[in-house]
Amino acid sequence: MTKNANTIEAEVIELLAHRVPADINVTAQTQIVGGLGLDSVAVLDFIMDVEDRFNISIPLDRVAEVQTIAELSHAIEGLKRAAG
Amino acid sequence: MALFSKFDDLRAALDALAAGGRNPFDVRFERIVSATEAVLEGRPCLLFGTNNYLGLTFDETCIAASVRSVHDAGTGTTGSRIANGTYSDHALLEQRVAEFYGKRAAMIFTTGYQANLGLISTLAGRGDHLLIDADSHASIYDACKLSTAEVIRFRHNDPEDLARRLGRLKGHTGNRIIVTEGIFSMLGDSAPLREIAGVKREMGATLIVDEAHSLGTRGKNGRGVCEDAGVENEVDFIVGTFSKSLGAIGGFAVSDLPDFDLLRIACRPYMFTASLPPAVVGSVTAALSRISTDESLGARVRFNSIRLYRALKLAGFEVGPEPNAIVALKMTDKETAVRFWNRLIDLGIYANLALPPATPGSLSLIRCSISAAHTEAQIDRALSTMVAVGRELGILDPNHRTSDQPAERLPA
Repeated sequence: MTKNANTIEAEVIELLAHRVPADINVTAQTQIVGGLGLDSVAVLDFIMDVEDRFNISIPLDRVAEVQTIAELSHAIEGLKRAAG
Repeated sequence: MALFSKFDDLRAALDALAAGGRNPFDVRFERIVSATEAVLEGRPCLLFGTNNYLGLTFDETCIAASVRSVHDAGTGTTGSRIANGTYSDHALLEQRVAEFYGKRAAMIFTTGYQANLGLISTLAGRGDHLLIDADSHASIYDACKLSTAEVIRFRHNDPEDLARRLGRLKGHTGNRIIVTEGIFSMLGDSAPLREIAGVKREMGATLIVDEAHSLGTRGKNGRGVCEDAGVENEVDFIVGTFSKSLGAIGGFAVSDLPDFDLLRIACRPYMFTASLPPAVVGSVTAALSRISTDESLGARVRFNSIRLYRALKLAGFEVGPEPNAIVALKMTDKETAVRFWNRLIDLGIYANLALPPATPGSLSLIRCSISAAHTEAQIDRALSTMVAVGRELGILDPNHRTSDQPAERLPA
């Protein structure tokens, strides 16, 4: 069964917990680039964590298209659905 | 919005770096004295940040060949190979590179960056997947941007992770192209190529290995980590550069695949740029001949690398995972790295300052490159300077044992 967007969002935020500085409060509307206090390589490393958690591939061009955690979660939902 | 406002963050970062002393992106040598010495800020300086792994930039044979070529064929080619023609020396160098690797054919590019940019972006088309090591060089990332393929990163030097990510592509019909490097440029660690070639074989993919930092520094015959790992026949394309061990500039790709030459009329970074000038082709051809006939160059750079790596580790520095011609010191933070780098220059040692995001794992590094041309005395001087700075900055315990061990000797 496909996980819904809220569950996915919660898991993504949980994945970020050990990567972002403690003073940053991550929400669905947090900007991935600039809002997480991560440099560009660290963002891509976080995306690998996401790929492994949800067992999907997120090509780099898709990463460039998403700006917020909510958008990333939406993309994950779509990729999971496409992967069956 | 002002045109350059998008670079405000870069400007702030640069200002902060420069406030620590020098601008690390604008180091100006007044004079290059030899492969290992320069004059910087009016003082003699030992070079430990050049990538001049075999010290061939001042090799007399290479210089003579370069001078001869410039007299014979002029200062430049003034155009690209496909539009303005190939010089006989371009073809000869390609033949020599192919022979060196025992491959059917070679293509030479005007820079190593363009070799990766051209080969990878042209091979990987729409519907294909590129699987790149997460710590890949910028030229590989830029090639991915130029390509119409989908790009997946795999965890650094992790063949199991590569296999897992390839497994997720089940059902996709396009080609899978794996890209990794022989030695990685920041920490100097080498790829587990035997295992990666195994994944390639098992799961069906094309394998590209960039040996930019391993040509001349690894392998019995200087053919890099592919040679060391015994996987040369399983690697579909080896990419490399003329700018490091071969002491000039340019790049190449070699392959046994029969249609390889088609890339000459498909690969835009090859087609739409001027070809290498005769002086460069001349010195590179001579340098390749030097490393093909003189195994002592590779042996010496390996010996020097091990010597510095072990001594730094023994002194208490945290270094990369293995001794290669790149030896990186891990600093506790960016500010310490900047101070360390500035103090080294104050004391006549030039190394590289490597900071995030150009580094893996957001590490701040002092990156040293070792040369076959370094003397034991130069290595000892670099070592003692680094230890002194390490103590001064509180990185090293002053009571820690250092390298008062007997010097190792080169095998006869």
